[in-house]
Amino acid sequence: MNVPILQMRGITKTFPGVKALQDVTLDVNRGEVHAICGENGAGKSTLMKVLSGVYPHNTFDGDILFENEPCDFSTISDSEKRGIVIIHQELALSPYLSIAENIFLGNELASRGWVDWRKTNLEAAKLLARVGLSENPVTPIQHISVGKQQLVEIAKALSKEVKLLILDEPTAALNDEDSGHLLDLILHLKGQGVTSIIISHKLNEIRKVADAVTIIRDGRTIETLRLDQGQITQERIIRGMVGRDLESLYPDRTPSIGEEVLRIEDWTVQHPQDHSRTVVHNASLNVRKGEVVGLAGLMGAGRTELAMSVFGRTYGRAVSGKVFKHGQEINTSTVSEAIRHGIAYATEDRKHYGLNLIEDIKRNVSMAALRKLAKRGWVDGNEETIVANRYRTSMNIKAPSVAAITGKLSGGNQQKVVLSKWMFSDPDVLILDEPTRGIDVGAKFEIYTIIAELAAEGKAVIVISSELPELLGICDRIYTLSAGHITGEVPIAEATQESLMHYMTQEKE
Amino acid sequence: MSALRESLGFLTSRLRQVGIFVALILIVLLFQVLTDGILLQPQNVTNLVVQNSYILILAIGMVMVIIAGHIDLSVGSIAGFIGAVSGVMIVHWGWAWWIAIPACLLVGALVGAWQGYWIAYVGIPAFIVTLAGMLIFRGLTLITLKNQQITPFPDELRALGGGFLPDISGGTSMLEWLTVILGVGGTAAILFQSIKERRVRRKFNLENEPMAWFATKTAFIAVLMLTITFLLASYRGTPIVLIVLAVLVIAYSALMSNSIFGRHTYAIGGNLHAAELSGIKTKAVTFRLFVNMGVLAALAGLVFTARLNSAQPAGGTGFELDSIAAAFIGGAAVQGGIGTVAGAMIGGLIMGVLNNGMSILGLGTDYQQLIKGLVLLLAVGFDIFNKNRSGGGSTIAKRFKWKTAPSDSAEEPRPAAKTPAAVAAVAKPAEAQPVGAVENP
Repeated sequence: MNVPILQMRGITKTFPGVKALQDVTLDVNRGEVHAICGENGAGKSTLMKVLSGVYPHNTFDGDILFENEPCDFSTISDSEKRGIVIIHQELALSPYLSIAENIFLGNELASRGWVDWRKTNLEAAKLLARVGLSENPVTPIQHISVGKQQLVEIAKALSKEVKLLILDEPTAALNDEDSGHLLDLILHLKGQGVTSIIISHKLNEIRKVADAVTIIRDGRTIETLRLDQGQITQERIIRGMVGRDLESLYPDRTPSIGEEVLRIEDWTVQHPQDHSRTVVHNASLNVRKGEVVGLAGLMGAGRTELAMSVFGRTYGRAVSGKVFKHGQEINTSTVSEAIRHGIAYATEDRKHYGLNLIEDIKRNVSMAALRKLAKRGWVDGNEETIVANRYRTSMNIKAPSVAAITGKLSGGNQQKVVLSKWMFSDPDVLILDEPTRGIDVGAKFEIYTIIAELAAEGKAVIVISSELPELLGICDRIYTLSAGHITGEVPIAEATQESLMHYMTQEKE
Repeated sequence: MSALRESLGFLTSRLRQVGIFVALILIVLLFQVLTDGILLQPQNVTNLVVQNSYILILAIGMVMVIIAGHIDLSVGSIAGFIGAVSGVMIVHWGWAWWIAIPACLLVGALVGAWQGYWIAYVGIPAFIVTLAGMLIFRGLTLITLKNQQITPFPDELRALGGGFLPDISGGTSMLEWLTVILGVGGTAAILFQSIKERRVRRKFNLENEPMAWFATKTAFIAVLMLTITFLLASYRGTPIVLIVLAVLVIAYSALMSNSIFGRHTYAIGGNLHAAELSGIKTKAVTFRLFVNMGVLAALAGLVFTARLNSAQPAGGTGFELDSIAAAFIGGAAVQGGIGTVAGAMIGGLIMGVLNNGMSILGLGTDYQQLIKGLVLLLAVGFDIFNKNRSGGGSTIAKRFKWKTAPSDSAEEPRPAAKTPAAVAAVAKPAEAQPVGAVENP
């Protein structure tokens, strides 16, 4: 069983001024699922780019042996010819082309330059069957869910006769159900002899599928844990990643909950394009002073849609329902009205909806409440710097100064900038949508601490999250959403992952 | 010598800003040599200012529109249309200039509001709306003028295009003293302001500009200002349009960097969705930007008409291209979110010097267009190249974040790590102190 398929020896990759990888060693055995763990920036993706030829062989030091033969790839297609296929975190599919066209993109089944459509669709259907996806191959990619798109990517890899499949955070954008399918598929492919390398933050997934785990920290290999030696445990992986033991993943807090601040009643939202679809049905919920309320739901349950439609109708059409603040009905039909009534919404997608990535920290922090810094339309730049510096210190934003461009910060620091922006708008209610997505363990803890502090200051906080342990760790009460309906309201004392999942998958008529 | 190395490191990180500066100097020197010194003769410098004033006025509005992520192809036609309207008002109807000018600016605002409505509230891309506007307002120009030019204009209006501030010494001295006073005063004000701003940046630890570079840059600007002052003063003094332009540049620079409106414009161009979700009324801002563009186009049309002393059917043709080129050569980003009024002015001057210099050399419009086109292409190409190198623009590079190294945040970033390439190339960092590449906006 333990026949090596891949040996990477002494990989050192230097970028001007910095060593991204230092003497990294990776041994992958044939037919295993090998996980690579590490904090953001540890060098996981760089290592995979070295392996797949994104970085040509003469730009790094060290040796790669694949099936006992040395590799000197200059491009991705060189590595693909040897059966090494990488699937990136952001999918590389063309939305308007069909599933079949995407599968054979750049690799068209053609004779004399003309595409053989019959063969293309037939072969695509066979590959789709292998990955367990029952879709018509002529369906445009944009019409299928992200989870299914991920499967199409794998089908595409299979079409290239993959021997070593590299998946970079494959489940980051998937709900639990789709993640489950994907992991099952990886195990299924393993049965067919496909070796996989999977980069993941999610430790429970790793425990489910991995035969071995290599931990990378600060560009170095820390250790490789093997399942057959009983080494793969959550504590050991976390210890290896952060280099320290995490006693408690969540900060302690004693909630002091006051009167109701925000109440949403009979909230109904229709899909912006597809008028026949109702995305949120008669949802009602409330949040009180000093309380952290969770919104749990699978992908497509309507959590973000609910939040954004409340926050200035930034999602959906034909929105109906009422919003009350301190018992008074309020108008939240535009973002500025919502902000004026003390509501803040920190988006799940900070790069596209949260930050101006080409601007610096201070201008991002002031963006939602510039008027607080201005007199008669003119902004006081000094005051702005002082405010931004205050948040840089209190939120522990790691940057040389508040003039640092936000696009160049790490995910955790970007998230802190987004939170600073909303804290500066001085809201009574904060809606935080996936506040810890894509950020590493240490920064997550800091975000949890900030949430706890906000609640302690008397803010009402609503947290939307796909990670149930996170909701269980920080919330006082959790609502579950399923297919646009609120299916449960669970006090934290009674909530368990199983009970929440039960509500989240419940169908309501 | 560490100061020198520090300066060089800083310059590489600001290749674009430094590059355009150097480019302007080189182009001026080149034509100064090629034209045997005619380029910098007092009379020609005065010409250069007056000839380019309307393009520069347009470039102010254009760079704002571009910062917001839009474009305006109609400004040339609007300028022509307002020229025609002013001809009808002043020559045919006999309106006084002090009624006609505000009336023309108002018409410009209405034209801008018309286009802004379609762009901001209906949601048609600015490219389409203003392409339509280019045709619509050219058509209206021809209709208004009945295909004939209107001339002559009264002296009061003509002063806007070709007039000078009065000579307080009565034409007796070598130098025109009012110009000298304005020039020296303006230079002093600029020096004072930049030192003050630097002091504030230092106070908040935002300064990463080495002293040597700051001194060179400021001294250069002062020398440049004084030279222009001297040249203007030894001819006929300060053109009135230069005063108009100076006021506009100062006011709009302040507006763009310090007003809520200006900040919102940058925010919209940088990330429209983030701006919307931050409560910025993006439609209202876009609408106002086009109203403003209409007013500035009207002003440019008036200046142009005043200079020619006639409203012509083809007036303003091609202005849109020169002003767009000025904005992009001046460092505005095609995707929006980046650009400055000052940059657009330098871009406009580069185009102006090219035009003027090549005309003196007797090059035909054929070669002039060829060369201007290449300059635009190279300037933006350099930008994109630079951005890819620094990882700001390419999608692949965006995946990487920067590497961390222990560094004291108060310490000035080291030059080596400051080259954008270092930052970009390095893969994802841990949550530690990022090195370098702090840029002031």
